[in-house]
Amino acid sequence: MNANAQPIVQLRDIQFAWHRNLSPVLSIEQFELSRGEHVFLQGSSGSGKTTLLNLIAAVLLPQKGSVAIDGQPLAELRRSKRDQFRVDHMGLVFQQFNLLPFLSVVENVQLSCRFSPSRKRRVTQEGLTLDQETDRLLSAMKLDPKEIKHKPTSELSVGQQQRVAVARALIGRPPLIIADEPTSSLDSDSRQAFLDLLFSEIESAGSTLLFVSHDAALASSFDRRIDLKDINRVADLSGDLS
Amino acid sequence: MIGIAWKSLCNRWPTALLAMLAIAMSVALILSVEKVRRDARNSFTQTVSGTDLIVGARSGAVQLLLYSVFRIGNATNNISWESVEEISARNAIDWVIPISLGDSHAGFRVLGTNHDYFEHYRFGEKRTLTFAEGERFDDVFDAVIGSEVAKQLGYTIGQDIVVAHGTGNVALVEHEKQPFKVSGILAPTGTPVDRAIHVSLQGIEAMHVDWRNGANVKGEGTSAEAIRAMDLNPKAVTALLVGLKSRGTVFREQRTINNYRAEPLLAILPGVALQELWSLVSVAEMALLIVSIMVVVAGLVNLMSVLLAGLNERRREMAVLRSVGARPAHVFLLLCIESTLLTLGGIVAGLVLHYIITAIGSVFLMERFGLSVPLTLPQSTELKILLSVAIAGLVAGTIPALQAYRKSLSDGLSQKL
Ligand SMILES: Nc1ncnc2c1ncn2[C@@H]1O[C@H](COP(=O)(O)OP(=O)(O)OP(=O)(O)O)[C@@H](O)[C@H]1O
Ligand SMILES: [Mg+2]
Repeated sequence: MNANAQPIVQLRDIQFAWHRNLSPVLSIEQFELSRGEHVFLQGSSGSGKTTLLNLIAAVLLPQKGSVAIDGQPLAELRRSKRDQFRVDHMGLVFQQFNLLPFLSVVENVQLSCRFSPSRKRRVTQEGLTLDQETDRLLSAMKLDPKEIKHKPTSELSVGQQQRVAVARALIGRPPLIIADEPTSSLDSDSRQAFLDLLFSEIESAGSTLLFVSHDAALASSFDRRIDLKDINRVADLSGDLS
Repeated sequence: MIGIAWKSLCNRWPTALLAMLAIAMSVALILSVEKVRRDARNSFTQTVSGTDLIVGARSGAVQLLLYSVFRIGNATNNISWESVEEISARNAIDWVIPISLGDSHAGFRVLGTNHDYFEHYRFGEKRTLTFAEGERFDDVFDAVIGSEVAKQLGYTIGQDIVVAHGTGNVALVEHEKQPFKVSGILAPTGTPVDRAIHVSLQGIEAMHVDWRNGANVKGEGTSAEAIRAMDLNPKAVTALLVGLKSRGTVFREQRTINNYRAEPLLAILPGVALQELWSLVSVAEMALLIVSIMVVVAGLVNLMSVLLAGLNERRREMAVLRSVGARPAHVFLLLCIESTLLTLGGIVAGLVLHYIITAIGSVFLMERFGLSVPLTLPQSTELKILLSVAIAGLVAGTIPALQAYRKSLSDGLSQKL
């Protein structure tokens, strides 16, 4: 990785509390992700991993400190601009329920392109139509596009759903992929298979990956492994469950 | 956005359909109530026009109006023929239509009158009665039937009919030996005239010959020939419709008739009596209207509760939408579109339902009461009602939408449940 390049994610002196009169859950002096890095973020339940992702994804703003994505300080953006910024720059995958049950697989995959013209443009700039790119991503995720394309998502297995969710996160090559425990609803075999697919696609897209899990067994295939309690100055009161 | 809202609704079609149905039914109800109210008034107002005074035995004004023109209820007393002649002879009076009620045929009322009825009776915008077929009664045993009578009983010109005494469906006495013959069929008027069988006053007397004699054993009635030979001049009538030479004299004539010495009479102005009738029924109308409004409100509250209850289950959906770049405003919009679709769907379905109800109900109202409730395009009142339902639906939709907006702000991307 090019160490001189500007980091894709840059947090400085962050402090975040859910309410003004609650004690902060996060207090981070510095947190950076360089471009193309695959980072494994670990932490016990309730330690604030999802909260941190919300901060990076510009859904929440810290009370103190600054978050910059791709060199853009998020606090400087108006709220509607932040939503636009998120979909333009990030693909997100959750633990479960990534897909809208009433939309077909294709519609789910192309959902972010509806809200982000720039991601759509990135697809078409490569000379592909949205449908072609959807097919390509689904095949790359070892899903048969012909077979599942127009299926309602409720008819997919959990593993298939997660792979569709990755395809959606990847469409239009957002520079940053954030995954919040995407494997925790999978069994251990499909977990590794899922990770392999995720890695190969992210590498070919050149995206950065921030992967949250408390399953330390997965950490070995990542470039870097961070434990939230090492960077968070707020004492972890919830006790270490993992 | 509309596509997403639509598909989301389709995904939850059972609840969505029920919510829509509730609105549809409430809309149909309020439209139908409004329509019946207006058409009943119209129909009543259309029935009497050009008549300056209605005269009957002394009773209530509304009662007289109801039995003389709308054939609802019965007269308690008659007007003697002497009084009829005396009133007709008055200077100010232009014409008098005598009406004799109290008999029926197959559930239709028999109305005894004279040719002045066809000459002077007016309905709607001062329209005269016209014949679809045949002509006025000439003979004692001739009958002119209204269009509904002809339609429902399938009568044609020249057909023999048997008339019964009493106004119920069950005839007290059937005058089998004195069959009447259909001499004419009137064109439809949309008034109780359509449901009447008109015979001459002499015809009415003829019907009653046997009944008076008490010789009402079946098959032993007096023959038609014998009746023709009798004195069939009427002794009394039920009511009079009176036309004046000049409207200016109406109050004076009314007062004179009301103070008539020989017998207690009542003269009413149809318009005034109608007003009295409206003020009587307006309480009921108001109650109906309030109930219908409540039903609409209940429908909208139901819509709101369906949307609100759905929100909790749909928090994930919102989080997914937010993760792919939907703004909270989009989430708000999504819910608003949903409630709008449901309300509009409900309104359209309600309109359809309303027309179905009207189509079925108008047949019944015509058959039972001679009220005409035609299918018409929505009038301005109806459009106003629909518009207010639509607006109320939008307002009802913003509350769940606001809730969704707030939740999607506070939940962020976390997927709770
Ligand atoms: N919407 C919210 N409002 C208020 N407090 C919240 C909210 N979401 C989370 N918290 C609090 O913030 C803290 C961190 O929660 P977070 O979801 O970030 O944990 P996590 O590390 O993702 O846990 P897990 O591994 O179980 O997902 C918890 O103590 C939780 O109670
Ligand atoms: Mg979490």
